[in-house]
Amino acid sequence: MTYFMLNIALALAWAAFTGNFNPSNLMIGFILGYLTLLATRRALAPSDYFSKVRQAIGFAGFFLWELVLANLRVAYDVMTPQYHMKPRVIAIPLDARTDAEITALAYFISLTPGTLSLDVSTDRRTLFIHAMYAPDADTVRREIKQGFERRLLELMRGDPAKRG
Amino acid sequence: MAEGISLVLLFLGAVFMLLASIGLARMPDVLMRLHSTTKSTTLGVGLIMLGVALTFDDFAIGVRALAIVIFMFSTAPVAAHMIGRAAYLSGVPLWKGTLSDEMRGHDFESHPVTEQTREPDGRQP
Repeated sequence: MTYFMLNIALALAWAAFTGNFNPSNLMIGFILGYLTLLATRRALAPSDYFSKVRQAIGFAGFFLWELVLANLRVAYDVMTPQYHMKPRVIAIPLDARTDAEITALAYFISLTPGTLSLDVSTDRRTLFIHAMYAPDADTVRREIKQGFERRLLELMRGDPAKRG
Repeated sequence: MAEGISLVLLFLGAVFMLLASIGLARMPDVLMRLHSTTKSTTLGVGLIMLGVALTFDDFAIGVRALAIVIFMFSTAPVAAHMIGRAAYLSGVPLWKGTLSDEMRGHDFESHPVTEQTREPDGRQP
């Protein structure tokens, strides 16, 4: 977390020195600050900030791609006269354990068009989702588990001792 | 250049929101109406706000656009989840083309729609 604060401070410093607080200039400052921290990381305390940033960018890219794809698929169905939906209510066994992990997974599933989380079972081991395009239930289960859940848990778990 | 990009973003955002509204009228059951409206609207607002932020490239406007996007993205899925769950558990029928329902017959007595998820004495279900 200190690394993140440091990075923000460097971005603000860049904006102050260039005398320009536009969002695009702050973004440039943040990227330059990240590169500076990356170059000097051997002199600073060890931290998993750098791998976390990479994972977060990877997750954001993956998620935005899924979001656009799924939106286009729903948009296509809205525009064309026939229904192409193959909806199912699917039970997904959870590897996520804590409240935060389950909430985050359900949130991202709900945010993606075409899937909506309906409920968590009483023993908190199963998430029920409604999927709009599920010709095969096992394919959807595998996609959610290996796409969303794996990436999300990678990002959220990690070694607490090394957190910067 | 920046103006062209923000024009495209604003246009796409408006198109997604239009499609979401048509979808609300066209989709056959509650859950699929939710799919159509909440998510496309979220993407539509996101694109429009990105276009706005690019057009002005000003700190005050950029922060406001970001705040709008954050609030949209954090509230829309929660509302969709609550409406969908309430609709399902109160027995609204699914579309006849629904292929399977793995939630049917599952025991939800410990947390029905009208009550808190946890038991009154605070123990975990």
